[in-house]
Amino acid sequence: MVKFKLNGRDVSVDVPDDTPLLWALRDDLDLTGTKFGCGVGQCGACTVLVGGRATRSCITPLSSLEGADVTTIEGLDPNGKHAVQEAWKDIQVPQCGYCQSGQIMQAVSLLKDYPDPTDEEIDGVMGGSLCRCMTYVRIRKAIKKAAAALRKEEASNG
Amino acid sequence: MGKLERIAAQQDRAAGRGPSRRSFLLTAAGSAFLFGFARQGKAAQVYPQSAPAALQEASAFEPTIWCSIAPDGWVNVNIIRAEMGQHIGTALARIIADEMEADWNKVRITYVDTDPKWGLMVTGGSWSVWMTWDQFRQAGAAARTVMVEQGAKLLGVAPSACIARNGQVIAGSRSISYGDIVSRAHPTKTFTPEEMAKLPLKPSSEQRLIGKDVKALDIPAKTDGTAIYGIDAKLDGMVYARPKLPPTRYGSKVVSVDDSEAKKVKGYIRYIVLEDPSDTVPGWVAVLASSYPAAIRATDALKVVWTPGKTANVTEQDILDYGRKQIANKAGGSRVFNDPGVDETFAKAAKVVEQTYTCSSVLHYQLEPMNALARQHEGKWEIHCGNQWQTLFLPVIAKALQVPETDVVMRSYLLGGGFGRRLNGDYAVPAALISKALGGKPVKLVFTRSDDVLFDSIRSPSVQTVRAALGPDGNITAWQHHASAGWPTRVMASAFMEKGADGKPYDQFAIAGADHWYDVGPMLVRALDNDLASETFRPGWLRSVSSGWTPWAHESFLDEIAHARKLDPVDYRLSLLDSKGRNAGSAPNSVGGASRQANVLKRLVEKCGYGKVSLPADTAIGIATTFGQERNMPTWTAGAVQVHVDRKTGVVTCQKIWLVLDAGTIIDPDGAAAQTEGGALWGLSMALFEGTEIVDGNVRDRNLNTYTPLRISDVPDMDVEFLPSTEKPMGLGEPGVTTIAPAVGNAIFNAVGVRLRHLPVRPADVLKALKEKGNA
Repeated sequence: MVKFKLNGRDVSVDVPDDTPLLWALRDDLDLTGTKFGCGVGQCGACTVLVGGRATRSCITPLSSLEGADVTTIEGLDPNGKHAVQEAWKDIQVPQCGYCQSGQIMQAVSLLKDYPDPTDEEIDGVMGGSLCRCMTYVRIRKAIKKAAAALRKEEASNG
Repeated sequence: MGKLERIAAQQDRAAGRGPSRRSFLLTAAGSAFLFGFARQGKAAQVYPQSAPAALQEASAFEPTIWCSIAPDGWVNVNIIRAEMGQHIGTALARIIADEMEADWNKVRITYVDTDPKWGLMVTGGSWSVWMTWDQFRQAGAAARTVMVEQGAKLLGVAPSACIARNGQVIAGSRSISYGDIVSRAHPTKTFTPEEMAKLPLKPSSEQRLIGKDVKALDIPAKTDGTAIYGIDAKLDGMVYARPKLPPTRYGSKVVSVDDSEAKKVKGYIRYIVLEDPSDTVPGWVAVLASSYPAAIRATDALKVVWTPGKTANVTEQDILDYGRKQIANKAGGSRVFNDPGVDETFAKAAKVVEQTYTCSSVLHYQLEPMNALARQHEGKWEIHCGNQWQTLFLPVIAKALQVPETDVVMRSYLLGGGFGRRLNGDYAVPAALISKALGGKPVKLVFTRSDDVLFDSIRSPSVQTVRAALGPDGNITAWQHHASAGWPTRVMASAFMEKGADGKPYDQFAIAGADHWYDVGPMLVRALDNDLASETFRPGWLRSVSSGWTPWAHESFLDEIAHARKLDPVDYRLSLLDSKGRNAGSAPNSVGGASRQANVLKRLVEKCGYGKVSLPADTAIGIATTFGQERNMPTWTAGAVQVHVDRKTGVVTCQKIWLVLDAGTIIDPDGAAAQTEGGALWGLSMALFEGTEIVDGNVRDRNLNTYTPLRISDVPDMDVEFLPSTEKPMGLGEPGVTTIAPAVGNAIFNAVGVRLRHLPVRPADVLKALKEKGNA
């Protein structure tokens, strides 16, 4: 029985400790926004935040999460209006959409490290997130738009 | 009758159905077939269910099966196409709403489940907008006509005194909303197909939604985790399954199964050796477990001994060699173009030039692995999954289950990528068989990525030889294009194959593109079914099908001829796009013919500065042009690619892509651009980054550790432009792919003077070619 914080709430999951977080989220906790793509941590569709850091849930065993703070796409913002989500809608990034939860979570993590990312920084961090519809041009654009919005938010809060 | 209507009629006949099922109209009363897309998103079960509002919807006005207007003014549009990233529901709803003069803020779309009344359910070939355009405009006109008639009556004026606009009927300063018309007048008017066809349609100058920017209706749910794909379906009491795949796609037989190790996996339930009357999944064993991770582990632990099928040692090279032999043999195949005078002209040619081009196997690698949930419920077999050609696979599933087709229904879900993989519904069959073995209990079959890749219906490797007869002045006087590849349509949908000029059936999706619009004298276009390919794997339809590889041959070849003659490749192409004879085009699909292809090419050259700009060393632009996907539905396309070639490493870097397209009327400009961007990057990915090969009867690459599609850092600058047009809309899902590979090949030649004739272009091939050139 592993206990951790999921989208701000305490949860416990009674499945084998070596179960990947991905399947616990999808099948036991009914949060299907996190997707199964490659199963080996190389496509990024399963990306969630653990302690605020982008993490591939398909290769993260539950046993490593005792007491951790996990955020999925469903918990990013109560109204689905995080600056990255808003930019994604404005730029109309998603096509099939299957990778986009992972792209968004990766982008959120990116913007914590690089509040004003260059193309190279975006490529470096987002390079692990495969989009088979090839929405990459728009992903880049949306990240820059979200970055600007977050900086503005930061400035007004400051 | 158009091609797709013919296909639908063929399917009707095959299924023993009369044409009446596709009658356009139903009486309004009692015809509330609407399925809501309401789902119990946070509950234990996730699946589409009949609209809870079904009763309420019964009071809606439904002039056709395609749309309805509710008393509250909401317009519902039924979408029978799969949503896999094209925002197709939005584009199609815009067509109907524009013609109807609906208020776009009160339009919703419903992705429907299978029902014979919908007719042919297929989403592929970039057909959706093209094939729905006339039907939805007529349906919109029907609704508008009734609203004006009834609205005029309620306003006490003549219909001629009214206009319809933005969900209202307006007479001077007075107006009434569509919702009020429905709730007060209860219209039930219906139309015969003949009456529908006669309804006046708005001229393009009166279009208020078509061609205007819009926010796609499917996007918000794709940013917050609420979008539901097939893999997200969940039913009470379901068990999980994973396939244990046999060593060959066909002909493997299970000798023995040992589950002693599998039994040690907590959650393992049992294995099932599938018996499949449809022969879709021969030699399969399914492993059941109470969770998917347990199914993964138990499948790994299960020991199965098979007698493999005869293709267990086939290699990619065997398949390509087989194709070369087919081409060398003058007999065989189907002649798509078989113009008189080809042989004579070649016999008396001043010179004959010939080149052979090859392409590797390509994986779909759609990001959502194959999956399907099946159960028997209230007498019906339900299949829950995303799918692109329900009409094709319902009969196969029925055959596998040994039940009538009417006992099978496919529930619709979003697709985590289609790209043609889900035109082939083979993955639904094993789910149905497992459920049947469990007495109809719900079972969710999910493929791991390596299962998905092994079971992919890949883009077949191909061999193409192009020959030109040249006259004394060097001009092309006759042309031959021979192409050998596995034929997906012969394997999965043979009734839909077209007939060649020689009367023989051929797979149009394994030759389209070679039937080009250039005037090159009499043409022989010969399609050859590489049966070693189709015995080894199930060939698939993959984004832009053969138009993703036939231009690699003829657009490279034309460039080679132009360079050999020291002519500008663009001018040379323009001289061949003369719009004469069969290339003059015809209404409604190809008005203007080859002149429109010339126009996109001219505009492209203006934009990219081809031949004018000076670029650094080993850097150059290459050009190619196509008619998109199909000769009968041409999306005129011109593409330019700027590459840099690193002579030390052989690495080709794509720096910029320009595309100019004429696809007729553009419905959703941003969606059109998105499809074209994605298509072009697929083209680039298949030109430089991805490709696999058959080793021992299966694809060598199984996952992203060795299969390397294009990533964000490989993306060049992109410039996509659509030429304005009010012609009938063509398709845009695939044309973006078609020019990129040959444009890359032509750019490499322009940059460093070497000609590559195999896709993908790998650094080692470039280095080898540079070395050979240096030695020459």
